[in-house]
Amino acid sequence: MAEIKKIATRDSYGNALKELAMEGADKLVVLDADLSAATKTGIFKKEYPDRHINCGIAEANMICVAAGMSTMGLVPFASSFAMFAAGRAFEQVRNTIGYPYLNVKIGATHAGISVGEDGASHQCCEDFALMRAIPGMVVICPADDVEARQAVKAAYNYEGPVYLRFGRLAVPVFHNDDYKFEIGKGEVITEGNDVTIIANGLMVAEAIEAGKMLKEKGISAEVINIATIKPLDEELVIKSAKKTGRVITVEEHNIIGGLGEAVCSCLSEKCPTPVKRIGVNDEFGHSGPALDLLKQFGLSAENITKVAEEFVK
Amino acid sequence: MENQTKKMLSSYAAKIRMGIIESTYGAKAGHPGGSLSSADLFAYLYFKEMNVDAKNPKDENRDRFVLSKGHCAPGLYSALAYKGFFPVEDLPTLRHIDSYLQGHPNMNTVPGIDMSTGSLGQGISTAVGMAKGAKYIENDKINVYTLLGDGEIEEGQVWEALMFASQYNLNNLCVIIDCNGLQIDGTCEEVMSAEPIDEKLKAFGFDVDIINGNDFDELESAFEHFHKADKPFAIIMKTIKGKGVSFMENQVGWHGKAPNEEEYNIAMAELKAQLAEIEEA
Repeated sequence: MAEIKKIATRDSYGNALKELAMEGADKLVVLDADLSAATKTGIFKKEYPDRHINCGIAEANMICVAAGMSTMGLVPFASSFAMFAAGRAFEQVRNTIGYPYLNVKIGATHAGISVGEDGASHQCCEDFALMRAIPGMVVICPADDVEARQAVKAAYNYEGPVYLRFGRLAVPVFHNDDYKFEIGKGEVITEGNDVTIIANGLMVAEAIEAGKMLKEKGISAEVINIATIKPLDEELVIKSAKKTGRVITVEEHNIIGGLGEAVCSCLSEKCPTPVKRIGVNDEFGHSGPALDLLKQFGLSAENITKVAEEFVK
Repeated sequence: MENQTKKMLSSYAAKIRMGIIESTYGAKAGHPGGSLSSADLFAYLYFKEMNVDAKNPKDENRDRFVLSKGHCAPGLYSALAYKGFFPVEDLPTLRHIDSYLQGHPNMNTVPGIDMSTGSLGQGISTAVGMAKGAKYIENDKINVYTLLGDGEIEEGQVWEALMFASQYNLNNLCVIIDCNGLQIDGTCEEVMSAEPIDEKLKAFGFDVDIINGNDFDELESAFEHFHKADKPFAIIMKTIKGKGVSFMENQVGWHGKAPNEEEYNIAMAELKAQLAEIEEA
């Protein structure tokens, strides 16, 4: 079997920005806070140096500079690690992008514990919660390279604030090039009847693997990719929950405030269904190789399979 | 400055001050002190300096103004109303439920507001972004003005913005700091002194004028310097907090408090007398 191609979605981010410019996105400007090599906006900068604005190590200012630039008709992508874009600059995002509903896109890389060796100070597992709580903010966490590049382009073409979450770790590319991403639309990857597994970001590939492992055990899992956490594709979530009667959510985020809670909120009000949330269990991460950390925190196909097996008993 | 111009500006400044009192009295809340200290600047900006058109508030070639010290909205609203962006009669609806005149400026509800502000330190960054944006789209008609309080510059983000302005040589940006010397908890000197502000701004790459911000000749001279500057420019305005209303002048307590009926009547009588004096001159 041919080896599956792996690409980090932060690379997809940098490449998509470059592609957007090549395709004629004349309003696009890219801001970074001294992390261009890591956020991969450096890929864009190399081709379009005049359209890349380094703001230095000053994320709060960068977010508001982006807001000001957007009022001049530009479409700024403000880029940093999730910890700083959503964390440090939360109030700037809330008051100066969210409240005036400005056309700014936030490209947040290095989200989740898969940051790895840098440890807890850089492992942002709270960004979904923070960004979801801002009225009007669209929150997207693409699963692979194909989806990430399309999400960047969809965000450019969308009028309003968007938070995009990307990862540091190279992850399997499972979408075909003809896949069409749409803001607010989920995707049924595998159909099934016994349990629904809803994942986003790098956990989608694990959920797909879990689906295969469950099939071998005679359990039919419906695997769903919810790249847009907000607005949530409630119709799809409810439809699947009605079919399987059991839902597992999987995310590289605190189980508080993220995908799991978004799904629970939807289902408890509109289609009460038992839900099990897999995620970071309200604790901080620590240093280590990304893949080992993901396993340790239960963010693996094996653990999803285990939870699903117990769930359907 | 010609006498006619000075008379016109003085008259608008007095009216803006009356609007501040009307609106904060109507709201039973709000920030008269810093609005009054900046009233002469608001008059100068909106009736002499800036290229803005009340009939076309979104004109893309207009100058931009960001009230970084967003709590002084009563002063800005009053200037915008007298400029014709919306009816002066609406000023007393300030902070009322369902009024478009929010406690802090909202760019989406109030014609003439270029940026929603209120959280200190953020406005200047947006102004810097506008100035950078104007350079990026190669529109040299646009100047960007932003007004900060001397308490506000205690926010670290202000200095991030100043560094950015200097790094990108934003000579289309005019940073104005209203130094009335008072903040909520006391004098700026007591609470957290940023002095020497001029030296700090110069060290951050700015050309700096220190003026009396309640004097139109000095305001004119500073803005002339701004137009000649080849790097980012800052105006340190020494002002009197509460300027124009005798019992509010230099009083910490009038930072964020509305006048009661008796105080309102005294303030309005004083301002009406000032206006009459200006118009008789």
